[in-house]
Amino acid sequence: MHLTLEFGGGLELLCKSVKIHEVDVDTKSGEDKLTMKDLLSWIQANVIKERPEMFMKGDSVRPGVLVLVNDCDWELSGNLDTTLEEKDVVVFISTLHGG
Amino acid sequence: MEGGDATRARRATVRLCSICNQRKAALKRPKTLEQICRECFYVVFEDEIHRTIVDNHLFKPGERVAIGASGGKDSTVLAYVLSELNRRHNYGLDLFLLSVDEGITGYRDDSLETVKRNEIQYGLPLKIVSYKTLYGWTMDEIVKAIGLKNNCTFCGVFRRQALDRGAAVMKADKLVTGHNADDMAETILLNILRGDIARLGRCTLITTGEDGPIPRCKPFKYTYEKEIIYTYAYFKKLDYFSTECIYSPNAYRGFAREFIKDLERIRPRAILDIIRSGENFRISSSTKMPEQGTCERCGYISSQKLCKACVLLDGLNRGLPKQGIGRTKGLNKSKDEENKNSSFHSKPCGTLDI
Repeated sequence: MHLTLEFGGGLELLCKSVKIHEVDVDTKSGEDKLTMKDLLSWIQANVIKERPEMFMKGDSVRPGVLVLVNDCDWELSGNLDTTLEEKDVVVFISTLHGG
Repeated sequence: MEGGDATRARRATVRLCSICNQRKAALKRPKTLEQICRECFYVVFEDEIHRTIVDNHLFKPGERVAIGASGGKDSTVLAYVLSELNRRHNYGLDLFLLSVDEGITGYRDDSLETVKRNEIQYGLPLKIVSYKTLYGWTMDEIVKAIGLKNNCTFCGVFRRQALDRGAAVMKADKLVTGHNADDMAETILLNILRGDIARLGRCTLITTGEDGPIPRCKPFKYTYEKEIIYTYAYFKKLDYFSTECIYSPNAYRGFAREFIKDLERIRPRAILDIIRSGENFRISSSTKMPEQGTCERCGYISSQKLCKACVLLDGLNRGLPKQGIGRTKGLNKSKDEENKNSSFHSKPCGTLDI
């Protein structure tokens, strides 16, 4: 599944200062859907290069990290249960780095 | 970024905006839990800040207002919103951007570039004041002298004064900063944790220093950080730079910050409620409060003979960088002792000339 991931607000520093990542994520065998929960663990394994604790806490993002799926706050689509589709754009912005 | 395909099943079930009832909701307001669309969000976001400004009489027509600009998200959004509201509601303000260069290699270099772009984008003039000019030391030099333990104390104390000094040099009537509701909740907690009663009383005021040369105010006092980020994320043209300060990986404030964010996730109103609690604290009349005066050396407001910046600077210049850190108030202890120590050879900080 092709997705566009954007990291901002300082989170890009955790992935070699690259803000926009065009990625192809494999769905679990036997399933054709991908949830945010799956995506987060995929990101942790494949995109985040350092200090994963700045991005994740438990099985979700750290409080203070805003998540937008196609410009919509993921709180409106079910947080971790949000289902992703081909060509979705997922944005992560940290609010923890001061302003 | 494309809005997505409206025919997809997931999106068809998405709720409509509870304000316009036409467009699909894009976010949930932390303050009210209303689910609203982007367009309605801009309107309520800017309206609320306008209301805060009007209800609290933050400005008078004709005032020259310095916007403390770090290049970070809060001050960038503040510069944008203020220039917008100033035009729309005819505040009649003469706005300009004021930035501080701490002299941290690789930290401010990039963010000052952002402020320079803001200068062009919003058509606001920019003034940069440096620690080096104001105090004779860059933060890099300070860290070299004192190490990484108390450097944030220096930076914080120096920064606070730098904005006032810069504003005075630029003949501003007022200084505004981008401190938001989350910042204020954090500060209230920190002052409680430190037992700093005087600051606890002061820190919830929307305008401070009204009897001083340059009052400061916080138009974002009731604005959630999250909504500031939405504004940034949606207006792609908002240019904002963010990086951690290389010298403060684990400051005390960071823990308070994370605690606030944890609370917000469970109950978003907690942030406003902490502010409300802070505003309504009443300090018992038997509590001895420090008297506000002015620093003998530079004229900045201080409850001691010398302001914190002058004490710290004195220590740096004399090779006693621990001076002024923690509870010992070496320089402020006795006047006689101070008079004996006249070994001031390095550059003292300039006086406030107002």
